[in-house]
Amino acid sequence: MLTAILCIYLVYTLIPIFYVVTASTKTNADLFGTFGLWFSDDFHLRENLVDLFSIQDGIFLRWLGNTFFYSLTSAVGAAFFALLAGYAFAKYNFAGKRLLFALVLGAVMIPQTALVIPLYLLFSKVGLLNTPLAFILPSLVFPPGVFLMRVYVEEAVSDEIIDAGRVDGAGELHILSGLTFKLLMPGFATVFILAFVAAWNNYFLPLVVMSTSDHFPVTVGLAIWYASATTGSGGNLLFTVVMAGSLVSILPVILAFLIMQRFWQGGLSAGSVKA
Amino acid sequence: MTRSLAGHRPRVIIGKKMAPYVLLLPFMLVFVAFLIVPMIYAFNLSLYKTAMVGGTRFVGFDNYARAFVDPKFWSGVWLLVRFGFIQMPIMLSLALAFALILDSGLVYARGLFRVAFFLPYAVPAVIATLMWGYLYGPAYGPLSQIATFLSLPKPDFFSEGSILGSIANITIWEYTGYNMIIYFAALQAIPTDLEEASKMDGANAFTYAVRIKLPMIVPMIVVTVIFSIIGTLQLFSEPYLITNLARSVINSHFTPNYYAYTLAFTAQQYNYSAAISFMLGAVVAVFSYAFMLASNRGAR
Repeated sequence: MLTAILCIYLVYTLIPIFYVVTASTKTNADLFGTFGLWFSDDFHLRENLVDLFSIQDGIFLRWLGNTFFYSLTSAVGAAFFALLAGYAFAKYNFAGKRLLFALVLGAVMIPQTALVIPLYLLFSKVGLLNTPLAFILPSLVFPPGVFLMRVYVEEAVSDEIIDAGRVDGAGELHILSGLTFKLLMPGFATVFILAFVAAWNNYFLPLVVMSTSDHFPVTVGLAIWYASATTGSGGNLLFTVVMAGSLVSILPVILAFLIMQRFWQGGLSAGSVKA
Repeated sequence: MTRSLAGHRPRVIIGKKMAPYVLLLPFMLVFVAFLIVPMIYAFNLSLYKTAMVGGTRFVGFDNYARAFVDPKFWSGVWLLVRFGFIQMPIMLSLALAFALILDSGLVYARGLFRVAFFLPYAVPAVIATLMWGYLYGPAYGPLSQIATFLSLPKPDFFSEGSILGSIANITIWEYTGYNMIIYFAALQAIPTDLEEASKMDGANAFTYAVRIKLPMIVPMIVVTVIFSIIGTLQLFSEPYLITNLARSVINSHFTPNYYAYTLAFTAQQYNYSAAISFMLGAVVAVFSYAFMLASNRGAR
């Protein structure tokens, strides 16, 4: 009975994804002419993929590369900074600690327009607009990562280890670097994945700070293709190509998810114990 | 002797007093440069006004006074309040129910459900909106096809009355699994000795889940509600992307963020746009704080 309820929701969850799969295999005529939730006789996936990667001189591959590069660099940086800051909040008492932590947490309430629009104006003054840095630099700020790392370090690193290091005369940073890989990796990995997904999914920031299509990530590029397909001004930009593009850009994340899910859920639960 | 000393790099030992500041430095540098500075800059912007004649001049809080009585701003806020009252209860109660079911261990294939329900979170909002935009499509969308096949009237997902529900559905699809995972993790962290005790008292799995486990994760529920309030009031991508499909109902001030975006990049009114963003920030803070007060009171 309960399993049946979950199965209904499972169907709901999978329908849009399944639709992307079937739509990617159709000709544009079949997309409109055949039933949407099943395959048509004319299997057109290969042609759609060829179109996807050749339209506008293969710009789609560039978008994928951009997304990957932006997400990877900003997530590595964001997770590393969060690790150091989270460790400091978890294991030290210092002047201004409560105020700083409240400031970091309060940052989640700031509307994205309140942040991105001034960033746009500031970047335009220093000539950073429409460069990879315009995406990567703001994405290094990942306050939820600091929060998660703090909770994680409190759980995973006992004070005894740190005190033992102090007795041996090791410097504070040396104690941390001695711990890093053994104890802190699961927390680091969780924050890295969260920051990576956040950057991979980001739409508003690149929409504002990127102006030429060779700097777009997939989200902005596909949205523009979709807009021209819906207004009918796309010419050869067909609905099926947009669907094939969606399929290609969600597959890597879904695969990464399935492979890393054990790791990821473990980290999430570690982060939530205290909260 | 001198040689071996020179071979040793002088190690900088950071003491206990200095260490936290050194560790915080990298994060605080980017935090200040790309969050605090833009905020201050935006606030400063919001105190000026640029006119065709006379250039830019300081106007104090005039932009806020204008925003305070701007029906375009408040219509967006009101829309999101109505949206939130539909979307949040559905999403969070589904998430909670699924988490309790999966945690109780009464179903088969728990791992499969957990991963599958969480999957939409990995799909960018842009693509989720695209997918649902296709599914909603009046001419070719499968939902219309099914309605036609059953000789029912075609559903219109982009009418005045249905647009909120259509967008709510997209966000429910995106974030239910995410909230479920948070609840699930919190439930799993509850010590199992409680379960044995309640079994001895003769409680069945259902009463145990609802009477004992549910109250224990209330703090987590409060956190997710606050995050949902913040997320809801910042709604932008979903309505922005389906504007083409629903031209008659989605206007340029559909949500406050949409309004701020249009003001900045269509009308070039950066000053007023900044004021609108700060007004929204204030609204977010008021709603979050009001909810926290209410939940504290409820807890007593």
